[in-house]
This record gives sequence, C-alpha cells and structure tokens, in this order.
Amino acid sequence: MESKFLFLANGTAAPFAAVPESGFDQFRTAVLEKVASGCRVMAFFAVPGGENSYQLIAVLGDPSQHGLLAARSSVTEKFASLTAECPSFNRFEREIWENTGLLPENHPWLKPLRFKHADPGVTGYFGMKGDAVHEVAVGPVHAGVIEPGHFRFECMGEDVYSLEISLGYQHRGIENMLLNGPDARTAHLLETAAGDSSIAAAVNYAQIAEALGAAEPDKAALKMRQIALELERCANHIGDLGALAGDVAFLPTASFCGRIRGEYLNMTAEFCGNRFGRTFVVPGGIRYQVTAQRAEKVRQWILRVAPELWNALELMFDSPTVLDRFENTGNVDKNTALALGLTGVAARASGLTPDARRDFPVNGAAAEPVGFAGCGDVFARAKVRYLELKKSHEFLLAALAEITGEVPGVPRSNWSAAADMIAVSVTEAWRGELCHVAVTGSDGKFRTYKIVDPSFHNWEGLAMALRGEQISNFPICNKSFNLSYCGHDL
Amino acid sequence: MDNQLVRFTVFYAASLLLCPLLAGVINKVKAFFAGRRGVRVLQLYCDIFKLLKKERVHSRSASWLLPLAPVATLALTMGALLFLPLGTAGSPLGFAGDAVLFFYLLATARFLTVLAALETGSSFEGMGASREVQFAALAESTVFAMLALLAMVSGSVDLAGMLSIAVIEPASWMHTAAVVLAAAAFFIVLLCENCRVPFDDPETHLELTMIHEAMVLDYGGPDLAAVFYGAVLKLWLFAVFFVSMLLPGALLDSWQGMIYLTGGVFVTAAVVGIVESSMARSRFLKVPQLLAGATVMVLVAVMLWIFFAGGAK
Repeated sequence: MESKFLFLANGTAAPFAAVPESGFDQFRTAVLEKVASGCRVMAFFAVPGGENSYQLIAVLGDPSQHGLLAARSSVTEKFASLTAECPSFNRFEREIWENTGLLPENHPWLKPLRFKHADPGVTGYFGMKGDAVHEVAVGPVHAGVIEPGHFRFECMGEDVYSLEISLGYQHRGIENMLLNGPDARTAHLLETAAGDSSIAAAVNYAQIAEALGAAEPDKAALKMRQIALELERCANHIGDLGALAGDVAFLPTASFCGRIRGEYLNMTAEFCGNRFGRTFVVPGGIRYQVTAQRAEKVRQWILRVAPELWNALELMFDSPTVLDRFENTGNVDKNTALALGLTGVAARASGLTPDARRDFPVNGAAAEPVGFAGCGDVFARAKVRYLELKKSHEFLLAALAEITGEVPGVPRSNWSAAADMIAVSVTEAWRGELCHVAVTGSDGKFRTYKIVDPSFHNWEGLAMALRGEQISNFPICNKSFNLSYCGHDL
Repeated sequence: MDNQLVRFTVFYAASLLLCPLLAGVINKVKAFFAGRRGVRVLQLYCDIFKLLKKERVHSRSASWLLPLAPVATLALTMGALLFLPLGTAGSPLGFAGDAVLFFYLLATARFLTVLAALETGSSFEGMGASREVQFAALAESTVFAMLALLAMVSGSVDLAGMLSIAVIEPASWMHTAAVVLAAAAFFIVLLCENCRVPFDDPETHLELTMIHEAMVLDYGGPDLAAVFYGAVLKLWLFAVFFVSMLLPGALLDSWQGMIYLTGGVFVTAAVVGIVESSMARSRFLKVPQLLAGATVMVLVAVMLWIFFAGGAK
C-alpha cells in the first residue's frame, strides 16, 4: 500500500516523476483507505497531462508520520467520484469539474463552485415545499462591509432546515495568474489571495521557493516567521472575539477588542511596515532586519496591551447573558467535523485536534494545539480562540525575548525553480491549515500552483451548523467560523 | 388660561423638542462603558434634518400603505402623548378609561408599521413583522396586568389617578411593593416596546436578527426621519409613564415637578444605556420567558394586594 504514495516532509520538494502513478481504481481505493485510517485531504487537483488527459493528484496529510503523502493517477474525461464515501472531496471534485471538465461520476450533487462558466449564484438549490415553509435568500450584497456570498435558508418559522452557501463572486483567477511563475508578481498574488492570512500565505510560498531552489533562510529568520504567524493569529482571533461580542450586543468587549486588534496589527507593522504583514516574509528569510531593541519594544508592547485584552475577554466569558447566547448554538458534532474535513479553530472546537504546527512541523512546533473537548458550538469556537491567544502570547513573549542579536533582512530577489518537481507546504494559518502545492514543468515554471485555503474545507461546516438552528442565530454562527470568501474563491 | 393647561402645553412642546436627546444620552452612556467617545448628543437632530432634505423613494410594488405608515405612526404616537397626565390633574383630554385608548393608539401605530412591512414583500421585513407581533402580543398582556394592578391600588381607571399611586407620606409596605413591582414590569415592557437590549439590538446591521429595524428597511429620506423621530418619541412616552409611576403625583403638580419629570426621563435613558452596556441580547426563544416573567411579577403583586391589603385603601 505504502508504495502508492510518495512521502514528503512539510516544505520539501521531490521530482514529479517520483509521485507514484497508478490506475484510477487503485488510486481511489488507496486514497480512501488512507483517509479512513486518519489522514486528512489536503489537496486534490488536476494537472494537465498529455492530449486531453489530466494527472489527478491527491495530497494527504498524515499526522502520525508528521508528513504529507502524494499520489497521482492519469484520467481522461471522467473518473469515479469519491465524495459519496468521503465528503471532504466534495468541493475538490466540483472544482476539478469546473476547471477542467473532467466529470466526477456519481457525484451526489455536482454544481458549479465558483461559477467560472455561468452567472454567479444561478444554479439549483435545495428546496422545501409546504404552506408554512419560506425561503430566505441573503446576499450576495450584504449590509455592512463584508465580502459577497449568497446564502439560501429553507425555514419553517424561525427554524432553519437547511442552509446552502453559494460562493464564487470573488473569483479572480489567481491560480491561473500564478502559472508560468515564479515571477515578481507571485508573492504579491499569494499574499492577497486572502488578505487576512497574508503572512501564512507568504510563509507557504517561501517554504515552497526554498524547497525548489531559493536560498535557505537562517534559523533566526525562521523564528521570526513563527512570530509573524502568531501575531497574525492574535490580531485575527481578537478581532473575531470582539465581533462575536458585537453580534450579541455585548458592547464593552466588542469595542475594546476592536481597538486591541489594531495594536497587534501595528506590532506587525513595526516589523515590516505593513499592518497585514505583507512583505514580512520573503523566500530566503524575512524582508527587513530585526534588531534586539525592536524585538524588545514589541515585547514590552505586548506586556502592556495583554492585560487589557484578558480583562475584556474575561468580562465576556464571565457574563451569563453572553454564555447563554454562545452555548448550544450552531453545533457541529465531532463525526460531522471529521467527515467534512474541517480544519483549524472549527475542527478543534468540535473535539478534533488537527494542528499543522504540531502535525507537520517545519522548525519545531510553535504553540501546542489547543484541543477543546468540544461541544462544537459557538462557545467552543470562541473558547478555542481564547485558549489559542493564551498559547500564542506565551510563545510570542518567549520568542521575542530570545532575539538578542540582529536577524538579517534579505532583499526580494528573483529565483529560479528546479524543473519537473512537486513541492508541498502546509502552514497553520489562524483559521486552519493553508496548503500550497506547486508543480513545475521542464522549463522550471509553475505548471500548477494549487492553493487550498482553510475556508475551502470549513464553509460546509457552517452550513451544517445551521441545521435545526434559529435563523436569528446565523450571524453569530457565521462569525464564530469567520471564513474567507476570497480565500475560497481565489 | 389656567395654570395647569399652560404647564401641559409647555411640557407637550418640550417633549416634542427634547425627545431626540434621549438617543444621544443612551449613546453617550454606552460609549462611556465601551471606552469610546461616542457620537455627539445632538446627532439624531442632525440625522433627522439631513433625512428631511432628501427625496422620498418608494417601492413600485407596494401600495399607498408604505408611505402612509411612518407618518401615521408618528401621528398616533403624538396623539397618545396628549393623554399622558402631568400630575394629579391629568391631561386636559383625560377621561375614565383613557389608559386603554393610550395603549391602543400605540398598538394601532404598530399595526400600521407591520402592515407596511408586509407590503414590501421582503423576506426580512416579513420575519421582522412576525417577530414584532409575537412579542407585542406578550408585552400587551404584561401592560394590561399592570394596568389592572394600578387600577386596584389607586382605585381609579384614568391615567391621572393610576399614575399618582406613588405618595409622599409613608405608605404601607404593600403599597410600596405594588408600586415597585408595577414599575419593574413596566421597565421590562419599555425595553421590549422600544427595541432595546435584551429584546432587540438597535445598532445591528444584521437583517436576520432584527425585529423593528427589519420592518423599516425600505424607508429612506423623510419617511425614515419620521420613523427615527417616532421611535424616540415613543421612548420618551414610555419613560414619562415610567417616571410618573415612581414620582408622587402631587410633586408633579408644579413647574418644579415638570423639571423633576424631565430629569427622571433622562435618568431612565441613562439606565437603559447601562442595561445595554452590561448585558448581551437574549435569544429570541428566551424573550417570551422575559415578558411572561414580567406578567407573573405583576400578577403576584395583584394577588398580594387582594389578600393583604384588600379594601385597605
């Protein structure tokens, strides 16, 4: 069985030819067996092969071996869908069908994912019939400044029977723009695929570049990357907890978290000049030199702000009226989370414990994962964020204190990739695992650059969380996941 | 013109003029607890002025009811204000049983708003209308239980008598308990009827969670100005009712009493702000429990009154 997969450590590359190729039936059986034995589906995509044929590539994460498994199979026109047996493949197969026209046979409900070839949102939806049933359509234009997405609720009174989420409004064709890279635009495109996860994307790109031939970073720069990731995590988790408080009209925490989030964004800017961490991380290291004084300045900054943060958060978690709203709202049980392949905060809140920082370490695990014996509700997702903030702070304070000398900055430079390789990188972004897979051609250019955003896995989780829920609870369920539209739509 | 009529007219004018200040006071209190500076106290005046300068836009698919509702609602609320007594002498228009008219003028206003919301055919407004009516039905039971209590305690069936139950001289413990329980129940109704936390979140932009806000999504310009103004006037109305209940009627029979009353109204607004800053909005499923709780509170007071103080007055 083992021979059907190529083992890759996180952030490494191998010749593309070394990925074992098998007939589709064997490939399918092997992949499903691996998933059943505890592997996660990280990526499943098609690379153009010869005439009309495609190489289907599956990348699985194997936490027990702390690495990734890759397998491929050559198909033309159609292949037997895996979704019925393993729902994690649902969106991947719809994506493949939309991008290449390869038909996943017997897919339970094949419909466009990003509406590349149709008007966005125009497709079939689940429907209910009956006098008392009503359908509520929300979006794609929403009140408030948020991204576009279309939500269809089938309701009886206030109860939601089913929610369907239709995305694709933000589709920009990023993966197509990345073809024939790497070039000067590559890093920028990746950082803006989902702007709130810029640092995670840049770390992934840097690891892929380094695996494919860019200069290796030194150890201190790797530490700085972890610091950057944790700063990004802190800023976003704080923003999310504040937004959750705002949605249940608990004002003090909402407004304090809004301000404190800004402090963490400014700390990020202190290191790289950009609040969202653009150009913080570059292939070969980090972009700007970090001195011991600067690290100490940020450490003191955290020490000053953190007590206000804990104060605001404890106020919320100690408030019975808030807990009443959070607890037992938007439940996603462990089995559902596992079947859908949920990742990150959402998975850890449902009692699973995937965490790329521990499962696929690059430079020694950073913060330990925070497995919350999950009830899988809004409260669990908020609590996981709170516990992660605690861990991230411990890590940040220790790591910043360790910087005693100068961490050199490296300029952005063009690098050339090795030919006919496959490189894989996984980073625990603040939402969950962000996976990049690059395949280079004989000219050393990207034949495929696959981005799998954590939101890609988790949107289905939100839809499930609403089953049997009150429609008025949708906003806090949505905030508790806080998924990316643009990261999904690419 | 007798003195009472002059005072009533002055208070009526002051009410119309000052009610937008309540929104400013609540916002300032909330901003204080949230560690923000907050919008200025006079912001709502500016908003209303701005909206009045805009043109009216109405859905082509809705009938004449849509533009009628905000104006009619405001008119009905202003009408209800005419019946609110100022001290023991009561309103010039007061009559025995005016309490029922007072609350049904407000109910008619809501009825029009709900009809207009259904007119738009929007699923959000339909949901908002359904929720509004559900909660209003429950709040009405609390209000009428409370009116029954006030009538028993005061031995009167007009608002002037009912609202003068608080007395200056030491009262029996039963009398005090009845006043406090009635006022507490009415405060809960005040929060519900005026779409405040924990019943509704006046600041939310999330259509799916809205109640009152969802019903007025289709309004803009002068219509929206009427909606905003009508909302603060209704809050003023409930606050005056609440404060009148707590302040001894005899105290309000003077120019000085009018100042106490106005001060009390702003204190009530500040308390609303504090409530909103210190608790989250409750789930919809819990709202009936809150209102039923208020009704039960009043009914307990009624029973205590019957058993312990029956005929004492």
